[in-house]
Amino acid sequence: MGTLNTEPNLSAPDDFYEELIGAHRGLSDGESALVNAKLVLLLANHIGDREVLAQALAAARGGIGEP
Amino acid sequence: MKTYTNPVYPYRRHADQDGAPARHDVVIVGAGPIGLALAIDLALHGVGCVVLDEDETVSVGSRAICYAKRALEILDRLGVGQRIVDKGVGWNVGRVFLRDALAYRFDLLPETGHRRPAFVNLQQYWLEQFLVERAGELPAIDLRWRNKVTGVVPHADGATVTVDTPDGPYTMQAGWLIACDGARSPVRHLLGLESEGQVFRDRFLIADIHMQSDFPTERWFWFDPPFHPDQSVLLHRQADDVWRIDFQLGWDADPEDEKRPERILPRLRAMLGPDAKFEIEWASVYTFQCRRMKSFRHGRVVFAGDSAHLVSPFGARGANSGFQDTDNLAWKLALVLAGRAPERLIDSYDAERTFAADENIRNSTRATDFITPKSAASRTFRNAVLELAKEHPFARRLVNSGRLSVPAVLADSALNTPDTDADFARTPGAMIPGAPAADAPVAGPLGDWLLGHVGNDFTLLAFGNAVGGADVAALAHAPIPCRVVQVGGGATAGATVIEDREGLVARRYDGRFGTIVLLRPDQHVAARWRAFDAARVRAAMARATCND
Repeated sequence: MGTLNTEPNLSAPDDFYEELIGAHRGLSDGESALVNAKLVLLLANHIGDREVLAQALAAARGGIGEP
Repeated sequence: MKTYTNPVYPYRRHADQDGAPARHDVVIVGAGPIGLALAIDLALHGVGCVVLDEDETVSVGSRAICYAKRALEILDRLGVGQRIVDKGVGWNVGRVFLRDALAYRFDLLPETGHRRPAFVNLQQYWLEQFLVERAGELPAIDLRWRNKVTGVVPHADGATVTVDTPDGPYTMQAGWLIACDGARSPVRHLLGLESEGQVFRDRFLIADIHMQSDFPTERWFWFDPPFHPDQSVLLHRQADDVWRIDFQLGWDADPEDEKRPERILPRLRAMLGPDAKFEIEWASVYTFQCRRMKSFRHGRVVFAGDSAHLVSPFGARGANSGFQDTDNLAWKLALVLAGRAPERLIDSYDAERTFAADENIRNSTRATDFITPKSAASRTFRNAVLELAKEHPFARRLVNSGRLSVPAVLADSALNTPDTDADFARTPGAMIPGAPAADAPVAGPLGDWLLGHVGNDFTLLAFGNAVGGADVAALAHAPIPCRVVQVGGGATAGATVIEDREGLVARRYDGRFGTIVLLRPDQHVAARWRAFDAARVRAAMARATCND
């Protein structure tokens, strides 16, 4: 079982960020939400490791709403 | 209804209604599928019982229609499986549609070499009628119609039961009272026992229609179809050209209004086209709950089926798990009543079947959350899964229109003897202790299937001449007898020899010469070894019957 890597791992992070925002260009909030959900599912399957995914879910949720 | 007329089973006055209260070892409340299955199973174990039912007929309406492979195997053991299979409609394949496009197809039984298909669909009234007729063949079953239980007073060695009849009330003493009286269980209410869980805020319309159609015999499920936008629809074929269509309506639907033909017909027309010829057989609007009692045993009162646990219909885990309850309970009750096992064996029924109920509730709740998302985010992810499933195989595994009933593997049961021979397969589907026995094609004196040769009693499945004649005789004459079924090899006195026609018994049981698998009367693996040792078999049987 792995550990979630939160150290810099992206090559050309600014390019990636631009692509990410670009993927939502011209979409309604609902369409954007659907794109994001598909992206999460695709990446989750690629990662596969449930331990890593659990750590990512906890890190994403941290500080938002009731714990 | 056009295709079925409910039989009327007449009330008959019984001698118990005159004089002092009679005592019966077992009284079963409810002559539905679960109560009848239990009565038949007990009779096959030589235990008599009284079955009380407040009504005088079988199910009104088709209700539970999908009978899973394991339930069919249990019904085979009870001697009624073939009638159900002959009358019903077998299927293995399901299709899931998103809007008007196929998102996913699944085959629930992708391998051959099983007597029964993944499912047989049959209206509940037919199933109940066959069970009533089977019960009628067994003199040990005393089935009393229009006998309504109105009072239960539990005590240390049983319960006093008050029963109302057209001739007025009478009382009886029950050594064991088994409540198979359904979701609203009057017995549970009379005892003030609660059932805990979740109510789902959604309503569904069931419409049974009689129609000639060339739809394939498959389970079809639509998310957001053009003919019923934003909701789900489920289509099943039943016997006699009757089709079940299940429309999700949403929580705000008015259940009385939705039952009217004027409301139902436009929904059916939208789905089936303006020219389709059909007649409505029966319709109902339902909501559902996922909940169970904390314990299924309360002294000498035991709960089985819907009285003990409830699930949503997605997954067909209601009636199917009820049959597994009675499969688990009957042999234990028979041993306790015969004085061959202590009463705490019935606690193992509670432990094993609450474990199974939790698995069913978990699966059913997950399917329900997928079908009826509770939040915008949940709906977005659901739709994302369905979109992805059209193209990407990984997403098809996430589509959940119901995880269809498979029996629980009772891997952690205290009745199991853990493996000591380390080389046994433990992969998914392996015959580990606690697993329900897999079927396989054989040739033997009791037919062409392995499961026809094992069960009712303890059975030792022995690969080759692994058990000698003296040991076979000793096992057969023990206080709790055990039959030996030998897979291949030359004749052994007292053993039943079967031939492994396609090598699938060996493959499915990880068997080789000398391998021994001990099966419980309910066809679950209790223990397995690579070589026979009479002392180890005795110890495993003692453990499986709480005699250790």
